[in-house]
This record gives sequence, C-alpha cells and structure tokens, in this order.
Amino acid sequence: MGTAAMTPLLGVYLDFDSQFFFKILFSTSYIWPAILVVEITLVAQTAGIILGFPLALGRMSRNPLFKLPVDFYLWIFRGTPLILQILFIYDGTAEIFNNPVILYPITRNAVVAGTLALALNEAAYMTEIIRAGLQAVDPGQVDAAKALGMTRWQALRRVVIPQALRIIVPPTFNEYINMSKNTSLLVVMGGVVELVATAQAFYSANFRVFEALGVAAIWYLIITTGLGQVQSMIEKRFGERQDVVPVERSSFVRRVILGGLGRR
Amino acid sequence: MNAPVIKVEDVHKRFHSLEVLKGINLTVAGGEVVVIMGPSGSGKSTFLRCLNHLEKIDGGRIEINGHFIGYRQGAGGKLIEESDRKVARQRAEIGMVFQRFNLFPHMTVIENVMEAPVLVKGIPRDVARQRAKDLLEQVGLPEKAGVYPARLSGGQQQRVAIARALAMDPKVMLFDEPTSALDPELVGEVLDTMKILATSGMTMVCVTHEVGFAREVADRAVLMDGGVVVEEGEPEAFFTAPQHSRTKQFLSKIL
Repeated sequence: MGTAAMTPLLGVYLDFDSQFFFKILFSTSYIWPAILVVEITLVAQTAGIILGFPLALGRMSRNPLFKLPVDFYLWIFRGTPLILQILFIYDGTAEIFNNPVILYPITRNAVVAGTLALALNEAAYMTEIIRAGLQAVDPGQVDAAKALGMTRWQALRRVVIPQALRIIVPPTFNEYINMSKNTSLLVVMGGVVELVATAQAFYSANFRVFEALGVAAIWYLIITTGLGQVQSMIEKRFGERQDVVPVERSSFVRRVILGGLGRR
Repeated sequence: MNAPVIKVEDVHKRFHSLEVLKGINLTVAGGEVVVIMGPSGSGKSTFLRCLNHLEKIDGGRIEINGHFIGYRQGAGGKLIEESDRKVARQRAEIGMVFQRFNLFPHMTVIENVMEAPVLVKGIPRDVARQRAKDLLEQVGLPEKAGVYPARLSGGQQQRVAIARALAMDPKVMLFDEPTSALDPELVGEVLDTMKILATSGMTMVCVTHEVGFAREVADRAVLMDGGVVVEEGEPEAFFTAPQHSRTKQFLSKIL
C-alpha cells in the first residue's frame, strides 16, 4: 500500500506517507486556510468582546427590561451546540425568510455567516467573563466615585472598568485560543476553506487521512502557540502592577503545602 | 450660631423588614463639628450614607445647603427620587471620607485628587494639578504625589482621601469611622488633619469613637442607638455627665 516503506511495529504495520506529509505541510494549500482561521478568530472574538460589554451591563441591571432579554440570549447561546447555531444562521435564516436579497451577505457567504455565528456565540461567554470582572471590583470604589460627584456612568468608565480590565484580560486571551479551534466547526457549512475542510479535500482524493489531518493539527498548534505567546506577553505587562505591593514569590506548593506543615 | 447647613427631619430607613433608622432628627449649623457615636448596628454609618444619598431613605427629609438631598417634593408632599445626574451634582458639594479609604488603586495619589475636579467640574488639568499639590501639602504628603496608593500606609492613604474630598471644595464633610481601620500609631496623623480642617471652619459630621477628638474639637456629641438619637449635647457635658442611661452604658465601655 502506498509508496512509503512498510515498517513493522509491535506486529502492526505503520503506513505513514512522509513524502506526502512534508509536501503539503508548508504548501499554500494549508497556509491560506491557516491565515483565514486567524482572520476569522480575530474578527469573531473581538466582535464577541465588544458585544459582551453591553450584554454584561444588561445582565447586571436590576431593570427586568434589560436583564430578561440578556438572560434569554445567554440561555439560548450557551444552552445549544455551537454547530447548531452555525447552521441556524447560515441555512436556517435563508429558509425561514425565503432568502431575500438583503440577507445574501450572510446566506450566500459562509465566511460571513460563520464569523457572525461564532461572534454571537462568543458574546454570550464574554458576557459572563466581563460581568464577573465588573462585579469583582470593590463596591467601596463606586461609593467613593459617587461621593465625589460622579454619575453612575462616569464611575463605571473611570473607576470600575479600568480595574475590571485587569481581571477580564487573562481569561479573554484564553477565549481567543478557544475561538481559533472553534473555527473548525465552520466546516459544516461546506463553504469555508479552513484547515479541516482543506484536510478533508486532500484525503477524499488520496485517502491519506492521518497525514492530511496531521498537517491541519500542526497548523492549529502553530496558531494556538502564537496566540499563547501574545497572551504571556500581555500578562507580563499586566503583571507589572502598580496598584498592589509586590510580595515575595514562592511556589504554590511551598506556600500552601510546605508552609502549612512548617507552621506546626 | 450660624444658619443651619444640614437639616434632617424624621428620617426613616429600612433594609427589607429591618428598620435601621427610626426617625432621626438633626440640625448642624455652618462651621459646626458634630461627632456621632453609638454601638455597632445602631445605624450611624447608614445615617451618614443617607446624608449624601449613597443610601435611599424611606421617609423624612434631608436638606443640605437649602437643597433636598436625593428627592424633590411632588404633589401632596410625596418624595420623588431625583435623577442620577442631579444627585451627582448634589454630592459634589458634600465630601465623604470612608473607613476603608477607597482610594482608586489604578491612579497615582495626585491623579486620585485631580480626577473628580477635572471629570465632574471640568476644571483644566493644570489648574487641578496645582490645587491637588497644594492639598497634598496641606495634609502633609507633598512627596507622595506620583506614588500609587498601595505604597502608602493606612494613615497616609486616609490623608490622601481627605485631600481628594477637599479638592471638590465641599461645603460639608462627612467622616465614616475614618480611623477605625488604622493601626493605633497611625490614628494621630489622621485626627490631626481633621482637627486642622475643623478649626478652618469646615462643617463636619464624624462617625467616630475617638473620644479625645470629640472632646477637643467637636461642638456637639450625639449618641445613636437602635436607629434613634438617644442623647446629644456639648462634648464636656456629654462625656462627664450623660443624662441617659444608654449613654452612660455606652461610655462606660469605651472610656
């Protein structure tokens, strides 16, 4: 089978076409889809963050007129599979509205529809991250801001949000990494040439499934590792905090486990 | 005696079914320093927070500088809550200092002091900066302008908090247990700052248990217990010859 040498391994024959693997690894067939994955990730995640802010404020509102629609939105988008949401937005809207021209940018463009679905889904998760960040700020900060004559909005903008960002940024970067992997679900629409679709196109032609998927996996690792590097850079910068007194760093094990033993 | 700056009439406040203020009456004249004491849970901090509408009230009225605080009177004397913007404007004339300082940790000391004058009053940055420097000089911390609050001791933080409140040129200052969160050796510096402020003619309402401060600086001492004012009077008489048994009981515990 194939051109590669058959190597016996524990009584099983390993049939890996390394020639094919290395030929496609850094080919434009994968580079362009990888770039598309990065683009969709950046756009969808950033849109999700932007949408998350007003949604978080709505969720924290005591006015049911704001709170209930947001609760409903979160219930739907967190309670159903992302893959279903993608199909709903791409194929579902086309069918239910009889696909009018005005919806063509979504219903006839799988990249736009997919990015929209990812953004709307992510907005629901960002809402909870942002809400947790805003609620972690000491209520005394709002008291102080109000006592100085700030309106609720001024207190939010100048006092609460800057402090909440420190809490929001690290988990948000994890969301960028998750998003880059979730773009693979866009394969269900059949119109987005991302990494999984590219791999499928290769192996449906020559049945080299492991090799084609392996290259896709490597590209995902390149993307997630790159995003992880950006994350640790940003966290390092955020780590140089002025607003807390630096404490001597020791390992978690030393502090919590050995420290506890030492005190006996 | 000067004209009253604060007029409080029959103020009621409840948290759900618990009534914490059961009809408070208090008048404070311009330039007067009033100290409020009382056991924990007596409603004194809540009362102070009602004075600048950080807490809503359920009955009665509060008037500061001739304005109703937080409410206006509708038809038939019904109280209607004012808009956020209107309340904010009223609060801008009432300074408040908190037990836990509540400095903004993401801003330097001078930015803390400049923030509200620039944002709320629209004062130009350079003017606000100069005023902030003067105020930091006044509270004895001119060299800390560029430092973040976390690098300061509790006493220093509280003095910055006082400077921050004064930067708005308030007509009244409220102090909510300003020394309760401080190490004992840091209490003095904050009380000294408050004394200077009192002698400069500021109208002050202080919730505190600092008897020395009350005797030396206050014009009047008030004992609150169970949501009502139990006794009020000149500090000397209040501390040496209290009339009410609950005052005697309370003082016997703190003196």
